Amino acid sequence: MTETLPSSLPLAESTPAPALPADARRRSHTFPPEVVAQIQRMADEGHYEIRGWGAKRHLPTFDDLVFLTASVSRYPLEGYREKCETKTVLGTRYASKPIELDIPITIAGMSFGALSASAKAALGRAASAVGTSTTTGDGGMTEEERAASKLLVYQCLPSRYGFNPKHLRMADAIEVVIGQGAKPGGGGMLLGQKVSQRVADMRTLPPGIDQRSASRHPDWVGPDDLRIKIEELREATGWEKPVYVKLGATRVANDVKLAVAAGADVVVVDGMQGGTGATQDVFIEHAGIPTLAAVRLAAEALREIDMADQVQLIVSGGIRNGADAAKALALGATAVSMGVGPLIALGCNSRTYLQDGVEHDATADYRALGTEPGYCHHMHTGMCPVGISTQDPRLEARLDPEWGTRRVINYLKSVTMELTTLARACGKSNVHNLEPEDLVALTIEAAAMAGVPLAGTNWVPGSSDCR
Amino acid sequence: MDTLNAGGVRLSCADLTTREINAALAELPDGAEARIEEPWGRHNLAVGLTNRITIDIDGNAGYFIGGLCDGPDITVDGFVGWSVGENLMSGSVRVRGNVSECAGASAHGGTIIIHGDASSRAGISLKGGTVLVGGDVGHMSGFMAQAGTMLVGGDAGHALGDSLYEAVIYVAGKIASLGSDAKVENLTDSDVLRVKQLIDLAGFDHIDPQNVKRVASARQLYNFDALKDQKY
Repeated sequence: MTETLPSSLPLAESTPAPALPADARRRSHTFPPEVVAQIQRMADEGHYEIRGWGAKRHLPTFDDLVFLTASVSRYPLEGYREKCETKTVLGTRYASKPIELDIPITIAGMSFGALSASAKAALGRAASAVGTSTTTGDGGMTEEERAASKLLVYQCLPSRYGFNPKHLRMADAIEVVIGQGAKPGGGGMLLGQKVSQRVADMRTLPPGIDQRSASRHPDWVGPDDLRIKIEELREATGWEKPVYVKLGATRVANDVKLAVAAGADVVVVDGMQGGTGATQDVFIEHAGIPTLAAVRLAAEALREIDMADQVQLIVSGGIRNGADAAKALALGATAVSMGVGPLIALGCNSRTYLQDGVEHDATADYRALGTEPGYCHHMHTGMCPVGISTQDPRLEARLDPEWGTRRVINYLKSVTMELTTLARACGKSNVHNLEPEDLVALTIEAAAMAGVPLAGTNWVPGSSDCR
Repeated sequence: MDTLNAGGVRLSCADLTTREINAALAELPDGAEARIEEPWGRHNLAVGLTNRITIDIDGNAGYFIGGLCDGPDITVDGFVGWSVGENLMSGSVRVRGNVSECAGASAHGGTIIIHGDASSRAGISLKGGTVLVGGDVGHMSGFMAQAGTMLVGGDAGHALGDSLYEAVIYVAGKIASLGSDAKVENLTDSDVLRVKQLIDLAGFDHIDPQNVKRVASARQLYNFDALKDQKY
């Protein structure tokens, strides 16, 4: 016997709301919840968003490439037993003292100001321990950083904050920064909340005010001037030090050729996944090209002008692990540079921090910034819950420099092990012998950008060559 | 300087490379004198020096003359190109002619004295140095100047002192227009005294220290909230 149910029942006050129909939370691709939130924020505040970190949107990456490791047609080297050389030399073109690295993985420029002094020193000690270099940043060179870093690259940035010829002579290499992958053509900003008295003194500005990092150098414009500028830097340092030119990846082929024509020993190309301490979100997500495309264009440009053997290429922007490093090297990079990865190793975005030997939960501090561990891009606030991107002594004390140094050493060693194990599996006794032929792409986009065949085909989109 | 003191050197651009000239200058002991002859617009002369020497450049020279120096006193008897005295730390560069763009860019200290005119962006990004121009300066002069002093004996072009921080600009002539966040302030007795000292230092005789305009930052762009008015 069938019971007929009433068409609607009266709801008690404690009864849950009726379930939503299946299409009630239909997600809009044009206006997804995060875009709705951004529009509402703009309506509240009346200005663009400034934040740290790098691009968060989906982009073609090195993950879209895989290695064709050895089999019958090629034979591999034995796992971790056979030697695989990682030594890397930078600056062989003009410098009388090129940089010699034990691994082809360097620490990218990050400023004292964006980072705490102890974070900078920890990165320097870790880099020195594994035989690689670290890099200054906007605001100049700190004593701690110089003491900690056996090999230190001194940046010459558009702002010239704290730029001192004495420090230029103390450096091991010079990097003329034209642009950053996170904000090519856009300059940057250190918001006033991070401008402590020490940071302000180094930058010759009052504490607490926003410090604009200019988008263009104050004393030269264009490639012809750059040639003279590089000569000036060499004259001031006795032609000893390698001069790098760092480019945000946009018109990569032309920019690389012009940098070489201007006299660069090393060209650094920073793709759009590169990180920053603070800049406009609209730059981070909408300016520049992905690192995957940039590395191929840069390597191709060097080959076209027959300078691949004389000028070294460093690639940065979203490099996370040995696979990324191996793929960048295979596509033509001499070395990679990392910023966000080492910061994460230091503890960035960690749920906990170690202070006085005791582990503390930082979740509430992330929540106070409106974020969660694993999602934080709030370097610009200076309120880093784990004491890395801050100038607040109370927060800075949350980074145990020794503990952080050990973690970054472990990370860099792990990345190197991943790199060499892939190289051995490709039959290479030197990581610099990795080559484009070792790679295929999983997507048409990646195949076109990297200039390697789509897996299972001999098709290189955009190229008349098949292989 | 027709004669050089004991140990002084004459260096000719007709015979020597820039590298050879700068290396020779760097070797000189404090107090030495040097003359660079036939410069013919050569770039990067007398850069990166730290010794307390006196250098006379006998003619027109190119970019970055005296750049990155921390000590010497340099005189150019002619015109120079871009960015004379850029990132100067101490010492002086005196030009007895006109200079091109970006004179004294990012100078942290020392004094740059220009007897003629300076093109655009003179004193850009100044960080504590002193830039004294006897004649006119071009547009955007004093752009983002953080600290230090500029004196303009003639007229200033458009957008003077755009985005100034804590540097102060004195102008004896007309100002075509002020840049964002720059304003003319009242001249105080200490300003008059300061201008008098600068005039004496430069050897200018056409500027009345009582009759200059003081340009400084209105400090309305110091923090990001100012973007609400779209001033950037």
